[in-house]
Amino acid sequence: MAAVWRRASCRRWSADAGGRSYPDRIGMLDALLLSVGYNTTVATIGAMLLGAAAGPVGVFLLLRRRALLADAASHATLPGVVLGFLVSLWLTGEGRSLPFILAGAAISAGLGVFCVQALQAWSRLTPSIAIAVVLSAGFGLGVLGLSYVQTLPIAGQAGLDQLLVGQTAGMRLADAYLIAAAAAILLLLVVVFFKELRLVAFDAEFAAAAGWPVQRLDLLANGLVLVTVVVGLSSVGLILVVALLIIPAATARLWSGSLDRMALLAGLFGSLAAYLGASVSAAAHNVPTGAAIVLSAGLLFVLSLPVAAVRQRLLAPPVLPEPPP
Amino acid sequence: MNPFVAIDLPALLIAILASIACALPGSLLVLRGQALLGDALSHMVLPGIVVAFLITGQMTSGAMLLGALAAGLIGAGLIALVRRLTKIEASAAMGLVFTVMFAFGVLLLASDAARKVDLDLNHALYGHLEAALWLEPAGWGDLLSPAIWPTAPRPLLLLVPVVVLLALAVVLTFKELRLASFDPDYATLQGFRPRLIDFVLTAATTLAAVSAFDAVGSILVIALLTCPAAVARLCTDRLSTHIALSVGFAALIAVAGYGSAAALETSGSAAIASMGGIAVAVAVAVTRLRRRRRRETPSAAGPGIDPDSAVRPLRPGSV
Repeated sequence: MAAVWRRASCRRWSADAGGRSYPDRIGMLDALLLSVGYNTTVATIGAMLLGAAAGPVGVFLLLRRRALLADAASHATLPGVVLGFLVSLWLTGEGRSLPFILAGAAISAGLGVFCVQALQAWSRLTPSIAIAVVLSAGFGLGVLGLSYVQTLPIAGQAGLDQLLVGQTAGMRLADAYLIAAAAAILLLLVVVFFKELRLVAFDAEFAAAAGWPVQRLDLLANGLVLVTVVVGLSSVGLILVVALLIIPAATARLWSGSLDRMALLAGLFGSLAAYLGASVSAAAHNVPTGAAIVLSAGLLFVLSLPVAAVRQRLLAPPVLPEPPP
Repeated sequence: MNPFVAIDLPALLIAILASIACALPGSLLVLRGQALLGDALSHMVLPGIVVAFLITGQMTSGAMLLGALAAGLIGAGLIALVRRLTKIEASAAMGLVFTVMFAFGVLLLASDAARKVDLDLNHALYGHLEAALWLEPAGWGDLLSPAIWPTAPRPLLLLVPVVVLLALAVVLTFKELRLASFDPDYATLQGFRPRLIDFVLTAATTLAAVSAFDAVGSILVIALLTCPAAVARLCTDRLSTHIALSVGFAALIAVAGYGSAAALETSGSAAIASMGGIAVAVAVAVTRLRRRRRRETPSAAGPGIDPDSAVRPLRPGSV
């Protein structure tokens, strides 16, 4: 009897499968349980590791008031991405080789940050102008390169377009492993250098007075931002990767005022947002991974807003009555 | 049919007018230290445009403008709200709001409904400058007769009134803009409302960004809002000269960028954005060289007076 019922219900389910909503819901659950294909699962775990590392890096970035320097760096990766594509095409005969693309992205993002600092040092342009100039010119150069690549009679250029808004679904296994390993190394670096980063971000003058090599540590902090941006290219995409640095850090600020707790919470929120976004995008069709991750991070921020209100009320000093005039 | 009039002229005119439309509010944004507001606005208008597009089902300029204006103003309001609620600094609040709104726009663009109509992410990012064709005039002579003007490509018909409107607004409110930009406290004392000027400038930037957006895409909008104004900033300390130079450099950058794109047969909007960056680099190099030469050969005006000092801050008195 039970067998008949099960078979009948199976038939009903399979009849349902023609509809839109039902298979989507099953797919969503599968995706949230990390069981939609091995490659996607590795890519999702890579995105979570990246989110965990990007949280604390973002906290330090916000403390140093350089949130949008990361935006300039991420847009400036595009020329390097195209050059990496062309170099790997020239060397290996295949363009879609992620190590080359990421190496090119890292070099050109580094050049972008250098240009932002050079524009400020060599002229009276303010940081925000320098950032906007490098961001738009870097991206413009990259699009020029993209339009050149599209004229080449080869396959595989579609992979470059995906780096704009990120796509973990359908990622090759070697690439997924590369991203996950790079994210794990990044996370390790953040943990190892946590004390030094905190010192520079919090009180650079004190650190300098205490004999720390502040300039080198500053370079290290910028370097970690660059690595975060480059590793984030394939899962979050270069337009939105800055969100993974800013939003979890801002969310953590709502929960705590202590730097250590903020860094920990930002890592948690970042990896939660990456997990939710990558799963949703793997299950639902037509959802770019980067957009889903950023919207998840934004949702966590909005949900955390009441916490800030409660904290402020609890921690606020008692209001003294106005003295009579 | 004259191929230049049919293919290159409309695209070139659109590029020039879009550059001028963006340079007018952009020059003020750059002076007021709000260059990144242009960056944020050009990202934030995307969901507004897509929503207007999904509701009306077609690319009508009116609906797109309204949607984008609403999105831009909502975004500006959200940035202010986030700053008040969390006390994080302005650029981080901007980054938070514009990435979330842009992600929402990307999500809408990828939906089935948007795929049915002709709008995608590449269009939103790079525009379609090359798609503007004007086949009606047979040659240069036909352009003189007003009867043929209404057949111009749609972005051109949108940009002409926008440029006129923005130019009129800058000329008519010049005194108020100057006061509110350089000395908001004094402006308030005098009965002006700097907040109102902030609001109008945000709306004007959104208007310029949207009218240029369709033709040249969001990334070029950022370049056009910033690069000409940055070059002008290196050349002058007078507000009126600064605005005029921004407009002039914007037109030059558009012509040079489009010309090189036509020669290399590549994307026009990307070439103009790159040309903007090159213009800033050249301007920085030239001002640096001139300053160095001045320092080596003391001017006849005597020591201590450096008419081109690049470290001189912009003060209300120097305007």
